[in-house]
Amino acid sequence: MKHLPMILKNVWRNRRRTILTVLSIGVSLCLLGVLLAIYHAFYFSDPTPEQALRLVTRNSISLVRPMPQAYRDKIKRIPGVRDLAVEDWYGGQYIDDKAEHQFARFATDPDKIFIVRSEIKIPEDQKAAFIRERTACIVGRPIAEKQKLKLGDKIILKGDIYPGSLELIVRGIFDSEQNTDILYFNREYLEQSMPERRRGNAGIFLILANTVEDVPRIEKAVDEEFRNSPTQTKTESESAFSLSFVSFLGNIKVFLLVVCAAVMFTILLVSANTIAMSVRERVREVGVLKVLGFTRGVILGIILTEAVIVSLIGGVVGVFLASMMTGVVRHMPAFLDQLRHLTLTPSVALLCLGIAAAIGLVSAFIPAYQASRIPILDALRSTD
Amino acid sequence: MAIPISYNLRNLVVRKTTTLMAALGIALTVAVLLAMLSLVNGLKTSLQSTGNPLNVMVLRKGSTAELTSSVSRQDFQVLKFKPGIARDKAGQPEASLEMVSVINLASVDAPDGINVNLRGISPIGIEMRGLKLVKGRWFSEGRREVVVGESISKRFPSARLGGKIRFGRGDWDVVGVMSGGQSAVNSEIMGDLNQVSSDFDRTESLSSALLRATDEVAADALVKNITADQRLNADPLLETTYYDKQTSSAAPIQFLGTFIALIMAVGSSFAATNTMYAAIARRSTEIGTLRVLGFSQGSILLSFFAESVLLAGLGGVIGCLLVLPLNGFTTGIGNFTTFSETSFSLTVSPQIMLYGVLFAMLLGAVGGFFPARAAAKKEILVALRSV
Repeated sequence: MKHLPMILKNVWRNRRRTILTVLSIGVSLCLLGVLLAIYHAFYFSDPTPEQALRLVTRNSISLVRPMPQAYRDKIKRIPGVRDLAVEDWYGGQYIDDKAEHQFARFATDPDKIFIVRSEIKIPEDQKAAFIRERTACIVGRPIAEKQKLKLGDKIILKGDIYPGSLELIVRGIFDSEQNTDILYFNREYLEQSMPERRRGNAGIFLILANTVEDVPRIEKAVDEEFRNSPTQTKTESESAFSLSFVSFLGNIKVFLLVVCAAVMFTILLVSANTIAMSVRERVREVGVLKVLGFTRGVILGIILTEAVIVSLIGGVVGVFLASMMTGVVRHMPAFLDQLRHLTLTPSVALLCLGIAAAIGLVSAFIPAYQASRIPILDALRSTD
Repeated sequence: MAIPISYNLRNLVVRKTTTLMAALGIALTVAVLLAMLSLVNGLKTSLQSTGNPLNVMVLRKGSTAELTSSVSRQDFQVLKFKPGIARDKAGQPEASLEMVSVINLASVDAPDGINVNLRGISPIGIEMRGLKLVKGRWFSEGRREVVVGESISKRFPSARLGGKIRFGRGDWDVVGVMSGGQSAVNSEIMGDLNQVSSDFDRTESLSSALLRATDEVAADALVKNITADQRLNADPLLETTYYDKQTSSAAPIQFLGTFIALIMAVGSSFAATNTMYAAIARRSTEIGTLRVLGFSQGSILLSFFAESVLLAGLGGVIGCLLVLPLNGFTTGIGNFTTFSETSFSLTVSPQIMLYGVLFAMLLGAVGGFFPARAAAKKEILVALRSV
């Protein structure tokens, strides 16, 4: 490591090139970081303790087909099930179709939803009002702020899936670690607003298990229960359920991996090109070093270290940019739950730095090896 | 006087390794951009070629999709005899009552299953869409048989000809494969209206009605007439409008792809700048000589600028070659209107390839400007003296 000062001098001697290279690697690695963070969020993130206890039951044909509401009591009796709530996707329109008026609207069981979604934080009096009043609704804080809603305000939702429109009164504003872009209202109210023949259906059942160990067993037991009924069900853990929305968008997994590979290859090219250029300019110097008694191995090491340092600096810049970028993504109107909490986890950041270092090493190897093997006389004679 | 472009070309050839590496970096950026564009292009082609401008689709008031709409048989009797509806050879009005639902099928990409559009339809509806059989035969009325779109038969193993699909009250035989050209119909499964609707307990309340107008004026009049009819409580719209609106499903991919391409572009234009600076540093003496020969600063600026654009253009061409194998590749994307998968083929059209090359050249222009200016500003003596 006694050569470090010389290596650092070399890094800094063509400043413009070093800065351009660092920026080039940094920007590309930032992209890689964000993509890996998304990949991580989709496929590797651990569910929160609340999520790990929850399962979702839907119609096996498709999410959009309802199930008989009576399934609720049958599921409730399955061992290991602590409680469950119905959630019906209402859809509809608030004011108009514009993007700023979009948020999720669910009809649910007011007395159950706070048990099943225990992460919802709401003052006790507001909770009581929501359970008591049939036309009450609660909204997540971001919606309340964006739509300028306060307690006691009236909201009109125009139905598209359901006929007619609903008049709701905001009785609560909730916070949650999870999705807050939601309005909940009373299912009973929705049921009453519909003609007789359309009543008695449930969109999904959100089940809360007693323990994490109960989850896989409940998953099988529920589907088994309705196997011979006209309407069969599909039950899966909450995280698997939300992943199905990701796969709905297309083959995101392959898409992310292909782009990551393309980005990595680009960085490799950029880095290799830069190192090759700087080595080519210094062939004479390498000759001088050899005359001074530096061995091939040391010269190889010096050039490789230089490359690794440059790409690592690029890596640090990239990780920094990526962590800012994930912050931007978090605040975007994400329609996927997983993106709402997108962060550059330490593991992903480390992976990025590792990739940067590896790329530096791989890209510099051929030029460094060639330089270290060039005969002294040829090197000294070089006029490049 | 301008320096001949062959000078730049020869320079690029002399430094083949560097040229190729810088060009490849740009090529990959262009490839990512083009892959995204071909995806969006393919989806748009598919959706925009669906629908006939003479067809009027009728949905329940407030519904934005067939899936959430309902039209009763009673309403249909009223709709069928509206003025301006074309007649078929037998003198029957060209009007089709249909039921739409989605079913979950396991695909090659998603073994857990993905939503697919199912349509209960009668022969007149098939005729109105001009659908053609590719393999097998049409479903018979009153039987549990379905015909699947071409992309469905490719992407869903259980939906191949001769296979069985399970939905509603049991198994359905796949008896035929149909083609709707490029259209979204290729992503649908069709069965006999009465059979399908009874399986879904929707014999009275179906999803939508499709009416064929005699001409475009009649189509507009028909839309107005139905909107104004208080008995119906219906929202009519042109079939083409309905599918056109669905192109917004490509928005997330388009956004993500553009975002990725732009960031990669920044990275690779820095790389191009680097390459050009190195090229100029090595050719200092040459630049001095050119100046002595009487070439002006302007022509040197132009020459190096052109070299950078050429280098990037080469990258653009390589990028196009990289994505060309994707042309015709069938994939599917979630459609937010139908809540099911729309399959389509990626389309690498000459137009988007042109965009790719232009984008690459733009990168070269941005990346090459400062190095070219540096080259032009070199002092003659300093340039000549450098070793």
